[in-house]
Amino acid sequence: MNEQTDVKKLTFKDFETDQEVRWCPGCGDYAILKSVQMTLANIGATPENTVFVSGIGCSSRFPYYVETYGFHTIHGRAPAVATGVKLANPDLDVWLVTGDGDGLSIGGNHMLHVLRRNVDMQIMLFNNEIYGLTKGQYSPTSKPGSKTPSTPMGSVDLPLSPCSFALGAGARFVARGIDTALKALPITLERAKDHKGASFVEIFQNCIVFNDGTFDQFTQKKTAANSQIHAVHGERMIFGKEKDKGLVFNLEKFALEIVTIGENGVKEDDILVHDETNKMMAHMLVELTAPDFPVVCGVIYCNPEESYNDAVHNQMNAAKSAKKADFNALIRQGRTWIVD
Amino acid sequence: MNEQTPAGNFDEMDSVCIRFAGDSGDGMQLTGTQFSVVTALEGSDLSTFPDFPAEIRAPVGTTFGVSAFQINFGSVEVSTAGDEPDVLVAMNPAALKVSLAGLKEGGIIILDEGAFNKRNLDKAGYDSNPLEDNTLDGYQVQKLDITKMTLESVKEFGLGKKDALRSKNMWTLGLVLWMFGRDRKPITDWLEQKFKKIPDVAKANIAAVNAGHAYGETVEVSGELRRYSIGKHEVEEAGEYRTVNGNQALAWGLVAGSQLGDISLMLGSYPITPASTLLHTLSGLKEFGVMTFQAEDEIAAICGAIGASFAGNLGVTSSSGPGIALKTEAIGLAISTELPLIVVDVQRAGPSTGLPTKTEQSDLFQAVWGRNGDSSIVVLATSNPQDCFDVGIEAVRIATKYMTPVMVLSDGYIGNASEPWKLPDINKLEKFPVKHHTDTEDFHPFKRDPETLARPWVKPGTPGLLHRIGGIEKDYDSGHISYDPKNHQLMTDTRAEKIANIANDMPEQSVSLGTEGGKLAVVGWGSTRGAIHQAVKRARAENIDVSHIHIGNIWPLPRNLERLLKSYDKVIVAEMNKGQMNKLLRAEYLLDAYSLTKVTGQPFKITEILDCIREQAGDAS
Repeated sequence: MNEQTDVKKLTFKDFETDQEVRWCPGCGDYAILKSVQMTLANIGATPENTVFVSGIGCSSRFPYYVETYGFHTIHGRAPAVATGVKLANPDLDVWLVTGDGDGLSIGGNHMLHVLRRNVDMQIMLFNNEIYGLTKGQYSPTSKPGSKTPSTPMGSVDLPLSPCSFALGAGARFVARGIDTALKALPITLERAKDHKGASFVEIFQNCIVFNDGTFDQFTQKKTAANSQIHAVHGERMIFGKEKDKGLVFNLEKFALEIVTIGENGVKEDDILVHDETNKMMAHMLVELTAPDFPVVCGVIYCNPEESYNDAVHNQMNAAKSAKKADFNALIRQGRTWIVD
Repeated sequence: MNEQTPAGNFDEMDSVCIRFAGDSGDGMQLTGTQFSVVTALEGSDLSTFPDFPAEIRAPVGTTFGVSAFQINFGSVEVSTAGDEPDVLVAMNPAALKVSLAGLKEGGIIILDEGAFNKRNLDKAGYDSNPLEDNTLDGYQVQKLDITKMTLESVKEFGLGKKDALRSKNMWTLGLVLWMFGRDRKPITDWLEQKFKKIPDVAKANIAAVNAGHAYGETVEVSGELRRYSIGKHEVEEAGEYRTVNGNQALAWGLVAGSQLGDISLMLGSYPITPASTLLHTLSGLKEFGVMTFQAEDEIAAICGAIGASFAGNLGVTSSSGPGIALKTEAIGLAISTELPLIVVDVQRAGPSTGLPTKTEQSDLFQAVWGRNGDSSIVVLATSNPQDCFDVGIEAVRIATKYMTPVMVLSDGYIGNASEPWKLPDINKLEKFPVKHHTDTEDFHPFKRDPETLARPWVKPGTPGLLHRIGGIEKDYDSGHISYDPKNHQLMTDTRAEKIANIANDMPEQSVSLGTEGGKLAVVGWGSTRGAIHQAVKRARAENIDVSHIHIGNIWPLPRNLERLLKSYDKVIVAEMNKGQMNKLLRAEYLLDAYSLTKVTGQPFKITEILDCIREQAGDAS
C-alpha cells in the first residue's frame, strides 16, 4: 500500500482482509460487514487513518475482517479503549463495534459515558437480543419470557431499548438500521460518519443459530413496508405498502398514533414531518415497537455539539500557548534552598 | 521580621519529633506542612508523616476524627518520621487521647486548655479530665488557653467567632516556631499569598502567628517553656533543594520520563485515596503534552490508557489496591497485546476498602502474580519521596523499550510524606527517545526485536503497516489469531522470557548499609527503607554484624539477588503485610528467612526493627 501512487478510488474489496471470516453461515454480521466495507469505500476512507475497536462477542470479531487498523479488546470496555485512541490521536477515524451484551450489559457503564462525553466516533451496536458466543443465554434486550439455557422457564426481567438508552445518556446522534438492508444501512452509516461526536447506530442483526427470526415482524420483505418507517429529516413520516399510513401527534393523549390518509378527513399535510433535531420527538419515535407501531429506522436524532476530544485538545492547546514547558522551572516552583 | 539567632537560652538537640494533633477541621495538615517548609528552608533534614482519617469532617471532637501530622527533623540524617514524638501539640481531648500513648516518656505536651470542656471530654471518652487527674504525670505539660488567646489576637479584624477560631492552628504554629527558633517570614509570606483576595483573613492569621510567637517570648522569662536549637544538617551534596512528597515526585518523574523519551503521556484515572493527587498534579501539566482523562471508573481509566498506548502515546493509570483489582483484566490485555503501559498502585491497607488513609505494602502479590493466565509484568517499588522521581523515569524507559506494562508500587506513607529533595537538572539526565516503527519491510505486529524481544510499536495512521491486535493468542510468526497448542506454549514462554531478560538491563542489587556477606541482613522494599536504615545503623553501632538490603526492582528480581542473600547466615524480611516478599523470595530462591511483619496501618518504628535485629543476631551467633 503506497500512498503516493495509489490514486485509484478504493472499492469495498479493498477493505477486506486476508483473514477467514468465522461467523456462522447465514449470520447477519456478514451483511453488516459488507455494508461497512461499502461505506468505507463510499466515504473515501483512508485505511491507515481508520481504526476499528471492539469488545468481546460475535460482533466484536469484526476488526479482524476490515483492512484498517484494529483492536479487539476486552468484554464491554471498547468504548473506553476507543476514547483513549481518539484522545491520543484525534485525526484517526474511530469505529466501535459492539453488541447488546457487550455494549449494554457488561459495558453499559462505558456506553453511557462515551455517549455522554460525545467522543467523536461511530458506534455500531449489533442487537440480536441474545448472547451468541456463549451459546444462547438471554441478553438485556431479549424479549420477556425468552426461554434460553439460563432461563429454562423464560426470562423474567424487562429488556431495555438501546436507542432510548442512548438518548437518555445524552447521545447527539441516534440511528437505526437493519443488517440485511444493504441500500439503507450504508446511507445511515455515512450520516454517522459525517456527524462530529458520538454517533450511535443500533443495527438489528439476526442470530440464525440462537434467536432466528426475532425481528421478522418488521424486517421481512412482505411485512417491512407496513411495519417500518425510514425517517428522513424534513419528510413526512408516511409508511405502508400504499404509502397511505402516517404518524400524527395526538395532543390529548400526548402520544403518537397511526392514521390513514384519506380516512376520517386525514390529509397528507396532517402527517408529522420528521425533525431530527427534536429530542422530544426522537424519544417518542424510538419507543414505537412492532406490532402496534412501525419500527423507525434511519437517522432518528442528530443535533451536534462540540466533541469531547475537541474540547480536551482545545484545553491542551490553550495551556501550551499560555505556558512554556520548562521542566527545570516546574520543579523549582515554590520554595527552594541552596546547599553550598 | 526580626528573628534572633539561637543564643544561650536554647537547648541544643540533634533531632526532634513533633506531632500536631487536632480535629479534622483544625488545620493540622496545613500547620504541619508549613512547619516542614520552614524547617527545610533552615537546612534541617526532615521526614513527615501525615496521619489523617478517611472521613473528610468526622464529628467534631471524636477520637476517630483526629487528624495528625508528625515531623521528625534534625541536624543529623533523618530517614523516618520518628518512633516517638518528643513534643505533642493537642488541640482537643480526643487528640490527646489518641496520641498520648505514642509520646516519648517525659515528653512535652502543649494543649489547648480551652478545648478541655465537659462536652469534648465526653466525646473523647474521658471519664475524668486528664488535666486534673494523674493521666499526664511524667510529662512536661503546657496548658494554654489557645482558643481564648487566638480570639483575642484576631479581635480587631471583626471576624465571626467561627472564622476567628480557624486561626487557632496559626497561633499554635507561631508558638512552635518560637520554641525551635524558626523564621516566621516564610509563613507570613505564604499567608499573604494564599489569602490575597481576602486580606482580613490574611491579616488575622498573621496576627495569630505573631501572637503565638509573642506568647513564647513573654513566658520565656518565667522559664515555663524552653527553647530548642536544631542545627543545620550537613548534606554531602551541594545544590538546590526543595521539599517534595511521593505523589508529587512520582508525577514529576513520569513527566520527566516522557520528556526524556520524547513521548506524550496520557493518564487515565479515577479518584481514589491515596492516589488522587497524582491525577491532580498531572492534570495541571498540559503544557508538557500530558493529557488526563478522569474516567467513569477504574476499568475505563486503564482502558483509556491502553487505547492511548495503542494510538502511540504512553498510557498511564494510577490507583490504589481496590482500583488495581478492578484494572486486573485490562492489565492482561496490555500484556497480551504487548503495549507499553504504566500502572501506579499507591497502596493502602486492605482488603476491600480496608483503611483508605492508612499505609500498607500488601499489594505485592497482586502486582506480581494477581492476574489470570501466566502474565508477567515489570514491578518497581519506590522507597521514599525522592526515589519516586527516579522510579517514574525508569518506568517510562522500561515500558517503552520492552513494550510491557510496568507496575509502580508506592504507598500511602510515601505518597503523602515530605522530604528534602536535591533538584535534578533534566538536561543532564540520560535521554531514551522512543521511535515508533515505520519500516514496512517484512512486517508483522509481533515480529520481535531479537535482543529485547519487544514487538514493534506502530502508530495507527502509518501507511503500509495496517494490522489488528487483540487479547486472543497471536501466532508467533504472523501475529494473526492462533489457537495452535505449540504456539501458545511458545508465546507464553516468550512473554515470560522477555520480562525475565529485563533484569539484565537493570542495576544489580546493592547493599544499602553494611557489607556483602556476613551474619545477618535485613531485607526490605518500599517505604520501610528509612526505618530499616536507622535500625541497621544503630545495630551496627552496637557492633552487631548486620546489613541492609533494599529491593527496588521487584520483578524481575535483580540478577545477583540470590547470590547476595545467600551470602548471609541469616536474613530478616521486614515488610508491612503478612510476609508477601518473604514468600516470594522463598518461592524463587528457597530462602529460609525470618519474616518480620506489621499491619497496623502505621509505618514501622525503628525500635521494632532494631529489637528484631538484636533477637535474630543473638540467635545467629
